[in-house]
Amino acid sequence: MRHTEICIVGGGPAGLTAALRAAALGAAVLLIDRNDYLGGQLIKQTHRFFGSKQQRASERGINIARELAYAVQEEEKITVLTEATALGYYKDGVVLVEQNEKIIKIKPKKLIVATGGAEKTLLFPNNDLPGVYGAGAVQTLVNVYGVKPGKRVLMVGAGNIGVIVSYQLLQAGVEVAGIVEAAPRIGAYWVHASKVVRAGVPIYTSHTIKRAWGESEVEGATIVQLDENWQPIEGTEKDFDVDVICLSVGLSPLTELLWQAGCKMEFVPELGGRVPVRNENLETSVPGIYVAGDVSGIEEASAAMMEGALAGLNAARALGYNAPDLLQRKAEILKELEGLRSGPVGEKIRTGLAKVTC
Amino acid sequence: MRVNEHPILNFTKGKKVKFYYNGQQLEGYEGETIAAALHANGVRVMRESIRLHRPRGLFCNIGNCSSCLMIVNGKPNVRVCVEKLQEGMVVETQRGKGELK
Repeated sequence: MRHTEICIVGGGPAGLTAALRAAALGAAVLLIDRNDYLGGQLIKQTHRFFGSKQQRASERGINIARELAYAVQEEEKITVLTEATALGYYKDGVVLVEQNEKIIKIKPKKLIVATGGAEKTLLFPNNDLPGVYGAGAVQTLVNVYGVKPGKRVLMVGAGNIGVIVSYQLLQAGVEVAGIVEAAPRIGAYWVHASKVVRAGVPIYTSHTIKRAWGESEVEGATIVQLDENWQPIEGTEKDFDVDVICLSVGLSPLTELLWQAGCKMEFVPELGGRVPVRNENLETSVPGIYVAGDVSGIEEASAAMMEGALAGLNAARALGYNAPDLLQRKAEILKELEGLRSGPVGEKIRTGLAKVTC
Repeated sequence: MRVNEHPILNFTKGKKVKFYYNGQQLEGYEGETIAAALHANGVRVMRESIRLHRPRGLFCNIGNCSSCLMIVNGKPNVRVCVEKLQEGMVVETQRGKGELK
């Protein structure tokens, strides 16, 4: 049995930031991640981030990942276990972990779950054919491994991920035939959307994919226009000669550990599905279990880092660690988060959070 | 199909290695995933669905969804999207649920 003050599951933006903030207050942290690297999905994000300077605006995700991972590895109070998968959470507060086909039992005083999210799929005939990918999957293939998924892509979803991945496919020399978006408006930030439009990629709003074609792999796709009630309009079908279909239709939180721990969960569509009820300190209904990042509601990496910082500070504070400027540090983060979630873009998140924050 | 030129990224490749896909010898690089190496060789079908025997490939590419399970060195249910390629690996299309021997 390994004892530690704080165990953090997940070494993405939320988990890494939580580890750094908790360790900075003096807490001993054990960070586990199932991959052989740290950084989570930041390692494929080649675009520059938005927001204020504190939120690392204009830095590329890949560089943020590198910096955070380096800082974590340099920090004496943090122990990192990579290629270590959390298998379960037990009633006595033990986290069961598998590493190199061996079982490790971890008994933390506080647990921060920062497991992230998983890409959603979409229902249409042949959606299971090889060649239908999550947009993030293709981003990993292209930006991490330098391998193309195919020759010509149809992107489904014009939110930030769909539009950004489309642009990154163009950068890698893959043709993008078009982007379809069921909503009447493009969901992505205009700066990203206008880049792909300038590159000549058409964005079809009020359209969805009707079906994929192909025998053993994707050979084509048909899209169709939607009316104001989101119903397909007969006769508006268009065929695309594509060998790749990317789905960028949202993510759902990876909450298995929270369910096992008995955390109270609520269905909140604005946050991507079932998410944990939490208080202002990001502590769930099970005392001592905190959440940060996409597992608590799908947002983006900047918000995940802010939540990680909060969860890290709060978990350490609950263990008795303190600093003269602790309240000020917390207030600064909360202000940053409020800024990130302000305006019409943040409305959905604000509505969602209001339903599960007590 | 590999990305040869990129405006932002430099892809540092590991040692070139040989591996086998359904008996056919292919080349890839150490450090990349089996799925990436297969894609670089134009192979996108990884397994057959259990009931309807439909072809299945990569979906999430980060170890979440289990769409890409293959038989690697005789061991079934390996998620090739996160399993790293090694010299001489024997990779096969998985049919059915796989058996523990």
